[in-house]
Amino acid sequence: MQLTNRSKQVSNKEMTLAEKMYLPAVVGGLAITLRHFFRKKVTIQYPEVKRYLGPIYRGHHVLKRDEQGRERCTACGLCAVACPAEAISMVAAERKKGEENLYREEKYAAVYEINMLRCIFCGLCEEACPKQAVYLRHDRMVPVFQERDEVIYGKDRLVEKMDDRYIRVNNSEVKATPTEPSLTRAAT
Amino acid sequence: MDLTILTVKGLIILVIFGITLLIATYSTYAERKVAAFLQDRIGPNRAGPWGLLQPIADAGKMFFKEDFIPSQASKWLFILGPCLAMLTALMSSAVIPFSDSIRFAWDKVNYDVPVQGIEINIGVLYIFGVVSLGVYGIMVGGWASNNKFSLLGAIRAASQNISYEIALGLSLITILMMTGSLSLRAIIDEQATFFEWNIFTQPLGFVIFLTCAFAECNRTPFDLPECETELVGGYHTEYSSMKLGFYLFAEYINMFVSSAFISALYFGGFHYPFMSLVNEALENSLGAITGHNIATLICFVVFFAKIFFFIFFFMWVRWTLPRFRYDQLMNLGWKTFIPLSILNVVITGAGLLYDFKYATWLIAIVMVVLAVTSTSRAPKRETIAQGTV
Repeated sequence: MQLTNRSKQVSNKEMTLAEKMYLPAVVGGLAITLRHFFRKKVTIQYPEVKRYLGPIYRGHHVLKRDEQGRERCTACGLCAVACPAEAISMVAAERKKGEENLYREEKYAAVYEINMLRCIFCGLCEEACPKQAVYLRHDRMVPVFQERDEVIYGKDRLVEKMDDRYIRVNNSEVKATPTEPSLTRAAT
Repeated sequence: MDLTILTVKGLIILVIFGITLLIATYSTYAERKVAAFLQDRIGPNRAGPWGLLQPIADAGKMFFKEDFIPSQASKWLFILGPCLAMLTALMSSAVIPFSDSIRFAWDKVNYDVPVQGIEINIGVLYIFGVVSLGVYGIMVGGWASNNKFSLLGAIRAASQNISYEIALGLSLITILMMTGSLSLRAIIDEQATFFEWNIFTQPLGFVIFLTCAFAECNRTPFDLPECETELVGGYHTEYSSMKLGFYLFAEYINMFVSSAFISALYFGGFHYPFMSLVNEALENSLGAITGHNIATLICFVVFFAKIFFFIFFFMWVRWTLPRFRYDQLMNLGWKTFIPLSILNVVITGAGLLYDFKYATWLIAIVMVVLAVTSTSRAPKRETIAQGTV
């Protein structure tokens, strides 16, 4: 099977005198590497320059709120069940009177924790969620941590801030997937 | 008076020593930068501006690593190995004339002190002697490690160095024949005019010398003593911390010294075209002392430009060519370079007899003609059409 047309047939013929001298081949090789010396470098200087990773990159988790700023999560636990790395844990609680502007439905997650050392960023929690509550942001990564007590992310770091809402960019390819938080679906 | 000359001499030696170490240090940085650039990367750029503090960080890391001596190793020889490698590497730069001379007046008498560790009339022999001692550092270290891979690397290094030293010496003999002196300064002064640089009179000798210098420095394509793919790390497998650092450092010092040696022997040393005119103009306009010293400074810069080019060339070749097989290495040394350099000696001798300096071009021309004819007469390689396999 031929995969590319770049392959060359290898010949085991005896070398001619010019080839035995090596020098023409050596000079040719040096010319090739010198050309690369002056070529534009492909390196992206990471912390200073960040590359756009596409609209479906799976980065930092976010617990979405709806338009009125109410948490969408109902602590059903489907994300924790779906999680292959068992990184998610939660404690459910019942919504009290007067908390209707905080939580969207009668049940909510009092505690919602993701262990970032266990998480493999597969996005299965996102797919499992029936309430469109948990997403992996495409525009932000989980920062590097130095201490073990930093790795468990609670609600304080997961719940979406109202002044910093996450909207996945409009992309015709991505729109077709069921996990896209488009405005129409968010309204349901 | 003697004390003053001694002081100036001591200063020159200290400066040369410092420059040697500095260049070896920054060769490690340059090696990584050149490697990166040849591979379309950027290379170290985090430590300081453009990564300029990288060698210092590397050295610091080397110093603070655990200094481990294997329990089965012969302890004193194990320590002696890197010391010898470093000692011989540092000693060899003593006789290289880096520039013309520093002139200063004392009691209305002008004294010229050559910019050179020591001017001896056997400079070339001295370098050869010290460089061939360098293999002991590798041998002793590899043997004392009590490790088969180290021993194999050391044996490879020894046999490679010994066999290439012959061709190295023979290619050098032609230069000695033309100059009639073993003093490096005399060899450089012989190349005062541009077209009498030995690269133009001895092109074949230069190619042989350059290749043998690569083999002597254990650089790619002849880095068989330390090839990772076959021998783990070669002779320094068991070494860690600054002992390893000394071995690696000695390699870069050797590279610097051989670059200096090549530029002194074949590229006119500190000479550059129209040098005598520049010197005269400087001495006429600025006075015999200041003008002369400035001219010396220009020579110094020119010489180092040549050295830096060759250091770059060493790296350039390293990141271009793959490693030779050991039998290819030995075939190249014994069956190609030694006969060729002997032929070179004979032709140069004949040329000297008839007072024609450029006689060795004859060999080069004959070789090119042979190569071209053999290529054109060789049967065309069968190339199987694409897609039929």
